[in-house]
Amino acid sequence: MSEALTARTVHIAGHGGDEIEAYLAVPDDSPGPRGSVVVIHHMPGYDSSTKEIVRKFAANGYAALMPNLYHRDAPGASPDDAAAAARAKGGVPDEQLVGDVGAAADYLRGLDGSNGKVGVIGYCSGGRQSFLAACSLPLDAAVDCYGAFIVNPRPEGMPLKAEPIVGLAKDLGCPLLGLFGADDKFPAPEETAELSRVLDEFGKSHEFHTYEGAGHAFFNVDRVAYRPEAAIDGWQKIWDFYGRYLAS
Amino acid sequence: MCTYNTEKIEISGSGKGAGGWFGLSQATVYFDHPVHAMAEHTLNIDFLNPAKGPSARVAVELTAESARALAAAIEAALASVPAALAS
Repeated sequence: MSEALTARTVHIAGHGGDEIEAYLAVPDDSPGPRGSVVVIHHMPGYDSSTKEIVRKFAANGYAALMPNLYHRDAPGASPDDAAAAARAKGGVPDEQLVGDVGAAADYLRGLDGSNGKVGVIGYCSGGRQSFLAACSLPLDAAVDCYGAFIVNPRPEGMPLKAEPIVGLAKDLGCPLLGLFGADDKFPAPEETAELSRVLDEFGKSHEFHTYEGAGHAFFNVDRVAYRPEAAIDGWQKIWDFYGRYLAS
Repeated sequence: MCTYNTEKIEISGSGKGAGGWFGLSQATVYFDHPVHAMAEHTLNIDFLNPAKGPSARVAVELTAESARALAAAIEAALASVPAALAS
């Protein structure tokens, strides 16, 4: 694989038919059939570091699309300003998230070379949203990177309006890979262990990995939270997982 | 995703953002992951004018120690001013 790719901004009809922007990356040397991935950005938004992740999927043979979940709140604004505006509103409503991810998955399935299989991955708030999407939409594999408030309610005073969604676990429609940091408080290892227990109860395929010496956002290469050992191993887990479930 | 309590206050004054000066109507103060500062968490202040859109924002991200020093400096500066000027 040459890792050659093409990346650009596209517009898709998201939840409720709203036109939102999305960042697309497609491998140049993989005419297909190939799998695809919807990337759900972290709470700081549709930023350069997450676009880099979209390109990384394309460099590894997947078509990838990241919808700008904050586009409605701040069209044209810089990612940090848009994230501040979205944060002030309490984040993205769950129903809207499902609509936007569903639209992104449909877009990917419609691309030339798609094998019809679509995975989802999300970071931070996107980790919870990846689980939500996998319980709500027909997808083939889901990755949750340190998503909190799936099981536990958010602490009092936290402006994020995310409610626990562990009740959806019975509807999980695809295998789930969870990548967490042992030092994270949201989600703490106790919360992810409880999610694993509930998924076992419903017989849902999942594998969780919790990295010692890593906390929240350990994949984020331009933050002090970056933990290269955990991130490098985590990426390998992702390639193995998607290789199993998204390959033709 | 360690977003703790957000303090929101009405303010009056002006700030200079990417598009130049604009009137301020609101400030939010919260402790969270920063966008730019090299720290796990920072005390973040957004000076805003929501009526002018999301880009009407002046943002700062301060370490907790810096934020406390700033708060003390503001109080000290105001305390040195004759009461009649800073009422």
